[in-house]
Amino acid sequence: MKIHIPTPLRVYTDKQDTVGVEASTVGQALDALTAKHPDLKKHLYSEEGKLRSFVNVYLNDEDIRYLPEKEATKVNGNDALSIIPSIAGGCCRTAHASSAPS
Amino acid sequence: MATTLEYPAALPQLSNDEIGRYSRHLLLPEVGMEGQQKLKAAKVLCVGTGGLGSPLALYLAAAGVGKLGLVDFDTVDSSNLQRQIIHSTADVGRPKIDSAAEKLEALNPHMRIVKHETMLTSANALEIIRDYDIVADGTDNFPTRYLVNDACVITGKPNAYGSIFRFEGQASVFATKEGPCYRCLYPEPPPPGLVPSCAEGGVLGILPGLVGVIQATEVIKLILGKGEPLIGRLLLVDSLNMHFRELKLRKNPDCPVCGKNPTVTKLIDYEQFCGITPQAAPAQIQNGISQISPIELKRRLDAGEDIFVLDVREPHEYQIANLSAKLIPLGDLPARVNELDSSREIVVHCKSGGRSQKAAEFLAQSGFKKLHNLAGGINAWSTEVDPRVAKY
Repeated sequence: MKIHIPTPLRVYTDKQDTVGVEASTVGQALDALTAKHPDLKKHLYSEEGKLRSFVNVYLNDEDIRYLPEKEATKVNGNDALSIIPSIAGGCCRTAHASSAPS
Repeated sequence: MATTLEYPAALPQLSNDEIGRYSRHLLLPEVGMEGQQKLKAAKVLCVGTGGLGSPLALYLAAAGVGKLGLVDFDTVDSSNLQRQIIHSTADVGRPKIDSAAEKLEALNPHMRIVKHETMLTSANALEIIRDYDIVADGTDNFPTRYLVNDACVITGKPNAYGSIFRFEGQASVFATKEGPCYRCLYPEPPPPGLVPSCAEGGVLGILPGLVGVIQATEVIKLILGKGEPLIGRLLLVDSLNMHFRELKLRKNPDCPVCGKNPTVTKLIDYEQFCGITPQAAPAQIQNGISQISPIELKRRLDAGEDIFVLDVREPHEYQIANLSAKLIPLGDLPARVNELDSSREIVVHCKSGGRSQKAAEFLAQSGFKKLHNLAGGINAWSTEVDPRVAKY
């Protein structure tokens, strides 16, 4: 199945915007992704191994937080996961920058 | 189901001049006289008059929104003109709010512009927002986004949201009574420095144009009470591949701001919430890395000191301007660290000092001892040492 990688995280997936993995659940797909691209792990998961809450994972068009089985939800080859990070049209401005980029 | 705003019992009349101006709206059954009068009665606050704010404010003015509030405290810079189309070359150096207000008044003298030349903060946000019906968030940083969201939920004003990054954008409508708020989608901000700013990462100039007009569209639909607003929907725009996707957004019943039992009922310190610590003066050492100014580096190089300069930008940036330093892009550094001699004194630079700081911290963790970060990067070198080096 495909996993769509958002622009801010592509630096950790060798610039690929989609990664293909073999998996039968959402959780397995994410594990396969971080196994292929270990640098991604700390951006997706906290030290306690929970998905960070500024990153949302969607199975097709549904947020996995609201699926009854969450990460245990079964997936097939036609499904796609999307990682949707928060973007701010710029970011936390560094304190000494004077202009407001947007 | 469209959301309806509250209107004064008697909607404002339209003059013959206005009827002529808005003819193409009046001809649409979904707008008509009553819709145009609702637009005239409406009060919209645009937070930011930059990339998103430019097309947003222009189209709201064109549409005949009666009162448009503008919030901005920044000045126009020439690098803004690639996308902030409400400003012009003659405005460089002027306050953005004055430049924007002038163009909006010229476009539509029938509306009232209110300038709030200030940063939106926890101290003033509620008072400013209360005067308006809808807020359109065109800001560029996480603390303000959370501030605007919370203030909108607390005051009961819908928030037409748009955000951009490089060539991707998002749009939605948050903070309606039945719908989700920004925190339902993102309860937690990303750590500072994870997502580069437009100044460091770049942004396709047209992108805030696309997304800003989508925001204006949503504002107008909310005012008219027609069509399906993006409540409970996140529109994703990929301008590079021209794909539009929609994801479902749900209201989180446990949301600390808009949930059943809210724990955030007052505005908080949003910089602290986003993990940003205020910097008083540029520190000599940051996170254990010595900071060197461009003038100091120039002095030491001219004195013949044996200093190795490392550039961690991307190849396309090197082509714009460079200091003839060795180039190893930041992302490649872990794999190419063996190309560096840890016995030498190394100054790391990038465009403005952010990426080079990260690179220096990585090298320090890898055992390098004699490291400096060029504070302000090649941009500061251009300002303080050699103006012939192009700034971008």
